Amino acid sequence: MKKMLDLVVVENNKLNQNYCLLKLSTPDKSVLPEMYPGQFVEIRVVDSPTTFLRRPISVNFVDKLKNELWLLVQVVGDGTRKMSEYKTGTIVNLLLPLGNQFSTPEKHQQELLLVGGGVGTAPMLYLGAILKESGFNPKFLLGARSSKDLLQLDDFAQYGQVYTTTEDGSHGQKGFVTNHSILENIKFDRVYTCGPKPMMMAVANYAHKNQIECEVSLENTMACGFGVCLCCVEDTKHNGNVCVCTEGPVFNIKDLKWIS
Amino acid sequence: MDKLKVNIGSLALKNPVMTASGTFGYGKEFADFIDLSRLGGICVKGTTLHNRQGNPYPRMAETAAGMLNAVGLQNKGVDYFISDIYPEIKDIDTNIIVNVSGSTVEDYAECAARLADIEKIPAIELNISCPNVKEGGMAFGTSTSSAAQVVRAVRKVYHKTLIVKLSPNVTDITEIAKAVEAEGADSLSLINTLLGMAIDVEKRKPILSTITGGLSGPCVKPVALRMVWQTYNAVKIPIIGMGGISSWQDAVEFILAGATAIQIGTYNFVDPTISVKVVDGIADYLERHNISDIKNLVGKLQV
Repeated sequence: MKKMLDLVVVENNKLNQNYCLLKLSTPDKSVLPEMYPGQFVEIRVVDSPTTFLRRPISVNFVDKLKNELWLLVQVVGDGTRKMSEYKTGTIVNLLLPLGNQFSTPEKHQQELLLVGGGVGTAPMLYLGAILKESGFNPKFLLGARSSKDLLQLDDFAQYGQVYTTTEDGSHGQKGFVTNHSILENIKFDRVYTCGPKPMMMAVANYAHKNQIECEVSLENTMACGFGVCLCCVEDTKHNGNVCVCTEGPVFNIKDLKWIS
Repeated sequence: MDKLKVNIGSLALKNPVMTASGTFGYGKEFADFIDLSRLGGICVKGTTLHNRQGNPYPRMAETAAGMLNAVGLQNKGVDYFISDIYPEIKDIDTNIIVNVSGSTVEDYAECAARLADIEKIPAIELNISCPNVKEGGMAFGTSTSSAAQVVRAVRKVYHKTLIVKLSPNVTDITEIAKAVEAEGADSLSLINTLLGMAIDVEKRKPILSTITGGLSGPCVKPVALRMVWQTYNAVKIPIIGMGGISSWQDAVEFILAGATAIQIGTYNFVDPTISVKVVDGIADYLERHNISDIKNLVGKLQV
């Protein structure tokens, strides 16, 4: 069940010039609604006159012990800039949880690769944590322009082996995620990815060529976030235009028209 | 709460607050957020005779205090609505109104005819004002003769409450309003979206796949209010006012300008509970001003 909730900012960490990590909890200590990896929230940004619509942000992590929801926010415009300035104690209004979720692997699918790029690494942390909790040993492949853009590496390391690529070679292997040698060295059973569309398409192509099951998380521009405005559609193979906010954001690549 | 009751033709509303087509899905999408039975009515997503895929992505651009959309009437067609959606929403204790659109006069009439005998659909809203379809839609709503032609054809086959949704993209909305009234429409709803566009300066390309789209949200409210006022002074049939309503104060402005009922549209995306907040706000306003019947407020702008 979707809810509209006021949450309180318990921490807002500036991770670098462009990213912050918002940690939210309930003001009355009630338990946060159940959220699954791949789902997102729509956050209302007040006090930003140029920000009219809510901002969809994926669930980065849910700390059940501390009753915290983590949101990784990339500053791209006025709305996200305002979020990056939220002080501890700020009350924010959210719709949650929204969207579908990444699917759980079959028991025999032991080699799991979670590929994230830029702010698209956000849902991979929670997915990795849940996979680990379910007895899997996921591997993370994270890509960025430069080492300073690689975020939450210590958090990722708690749940699996972390591999990195940077475009300038300042961390991990130089190049894009799809250039990383583990893609050739390991035969993966399942790939999950989120990031810039060209990156996801390259990962999807790799998975398709190697007959690996692959799920991608899309971030089409949306207004409502719960399937009524019909703005965020993706053209799918069998069902035509479908809402990314309700039929997705997670799609199996076999349902998309990305691979001819 | 009898003081909130209004009538649109033979359609009785428990209060004047409805939700606008295209911003409220089929109602059930909001059931997690609000008690739908508190609404005066729900106008469901634009419905056409046949399935429509709508326009390609991208379909949306945020603007200052609003948004542009270019959805293009994506829907699965009227038969699917009747067989698959209607059973799920027919027992919601409010007026379910179907917004009907088409590319030809015959399509409009056929779509309306198929809805005519559906028990729990007491009214249709004829959309002659969608700016996002290549054929039909707004083209019908921007000339008096074509607007009259569509209404005439639908009126012949549809005998329940017929609301006609007008386009603001005209020189004089009262001309269209009078033409539609003369053909027997029971009510007018206005305004649909204003034609607009947005450009990505880095790419030097339009943001919307269709280049232009429909502008909605608080930014259009003054234009909408003016058109409701002009139309109120030109016709006798009840008006359903909409365009950027985001608070009970906005709703009361429309009522004072001449709207018997109002619709809340784009703001449903920002606050999915806004519609019931507006119902409560209007009730408080009546209480505070000692008004025993909201009908006494309609068009009572003091000029």
